[in-house]
Amino acid sequence: MVFALFFSFSLKISASEPTEHETEEQQAVVGHEEASAEKSKKGLDIAAIAFEHILDAHSWHLFGDGHDAVAIPLPVILKTDNGIVTFMSSEFHHDVHGTHVVEKNGLRFVNYEESIYLASETPNEHGQYLNIEKNDKGETTVLNPAPLDFSITKNVTQLFLSAIVLFLLFTSVAKAYKKQGVTSAPKGKQSFLEPLIVFVRDDLAKTNIGPNSEKFVPYLLTVFFLILINNIFGLIPFSANLTGNIAFTLVLSVGTFILTNINGNKHYWSHIFLPHAPKAIWPILIPIEVFGILTKPFALMIRLFANIAAGHIIIISLIGLIFIFESIYIAPVSVAFSLFIDILEVLVAFLQAYIFTMLTSLFIGAAVADPHDDGAHKNEDEHLAVKH
Amino acid sequence: MNSLFILASLIEPGIGLIFWTAVTFILLLVLLGKYAWKPILSAIKTREDGITKALASAESALNDMRELKSNNERILNEARNERDNLIKEARDAKDAIINEAKSKAQKDADRIIASAREQITNEKNAAVTELKNQVATLSIEIAEKILRSELSSDEKQKALVSNLMKDVNLN
Repeated sequence: MVFALFFSFSLKISASEPTEHETEEQQAVVGHEEASAEKSKKGLDIAAIAFEHILDAHSWHLFGDGHDAVAIPLPVILKTDNGIVTFMSSEFHHDVHGTHVVEKNGLRFVNYEESIYLASETPNEHGQYLNIEKNDKGETTVLNPAPLDFSITKNVTQLFLSAIVLFLLFTSVAKAYKKQGVTSAPKGKQSFLEPLIVFVRDDLAKTNIGPNSEKFVPYLLTVFFLILINNIFGLIPFSANLTGNIAFTLVLSVGTFILTNINGNKHYWSHIFLPHAPKAIWPILIPIEVFGILTKPFALMIRLFANIAAGHIIIISLIGLIFIFESIYIAPVSVAFSLFIDILEVLVAFLQAYIFTMLTSLFIGAAVADPHDDGAHKNEDEHLAVKH
Repeated sequence: MNSLFILASLIEPGIGLIFWTAVTFILLLVLLGKYAWKPILSAIKTREDGITKALASAESALNDMRELKSNNERILNEARNERDNLIKEARDAKDAIINEAKSKAQKDADRIIASAREQITNEKNAAVTELKNQVATLSIEIAEKILRSELSSDEKQKALVSNLMKDVNLN
């Protein structure tokens, strides 16, 4: 809880814009009396803080603000017209407003809200080397060209860490089986992970895919544990929100999409292009079925991303209540609620990993289902044949 | 700070993370598949097969034992019956032998008694005959002696005759 408070505090600080406001925000936490004196001057944008908390970053921010912020620098890798440009994120000096220019390979870069753009020649009225356009609705558009950003961001770092942890964990478990032999009862890590592995193999793969489920089990296990470990890592203060990032869920659902469709059998494709319906409604049905191929993994992508991101937003918002009400007395309520949501998030971490894996195996199962095994379906076919 | 700008980047997948996720995910699939899932799954499968086999063999052992037990019981029953038969036969044989012995003894006894009796009769007859002979001899001797003494004088002869005559009269 202390960590959660501290985390939100550090995020809040880093979110603050111009330097003259930063000191008063610190004071807002130290004592609410000074803060209420400054209330009229500055309102806190909790929504922005929440979004920033769940977004990716080029450095691993720990605490502090502005130029005094303590953050782990991470490599920035940019694909530009002049080739690949790499430098450490610390060269931006914690600037995310496009005010600090980094010159590399004859190119000039600025970091604006954790997106990297090619800097303009001259700064605008806010000191930003950017050409920002605001429309009537208050939506901003950055007109500067952006290089392709392949940086090892906070999320990528956590992804690598989780991959290493998974690899070490499961190879050590595999070694334990080799060492102890297969007849002895599982011990330690083994006894915690084996039921999960058997659960994925039996209750997810075998139940949904059927007799040929064995070859999909390694894929499902990898997906399940990669999502699970990153869901859990995401709950730790200071960590990244990888599974609540749409790019991560996109890749996993594309994996499901590819695996489903390359394994689709004749029956699967005939269901899409030769539906069991009168030919008159085929022009409507076929596009719907084809669209359905895409909507299934799309729903997977959105479901995982939205669930995890929403949980993080709720927690940060509850903590943010303290700063909105500017009262220390709201803190116990915030802490109690965010503790409750945190525990709920632990459940969600397992649940979402389960749902993603279960639906993936369900889609694969639908693609590889043998119609001869499905007695009910066969009867339906015959019934339709008689009707025609 | 603009929330709308951030919201846009929230639902806009970044190319960098897509690239690194894809690379890591594929690497992880290959490495875990080779070094973790394959040995773990095969180990679990081997153990499960072992358990299934052990259960089946336990079941069959139980059946064997049950069969053995029933066999034992059958054999025991047979043995018990045989024993009973043997005892019965032995008892019958014993009775038969005893009876035979008894009847033989009886016969022998009867024969012995009969022969004894015969011998006794013979002995008795012989004795009687001897006694008769002796009595006859003695009687003759006595009669001789009496006759000699009685007939030694005339008076005595006359007395005798008179005595005899008295008896005759009394009759």
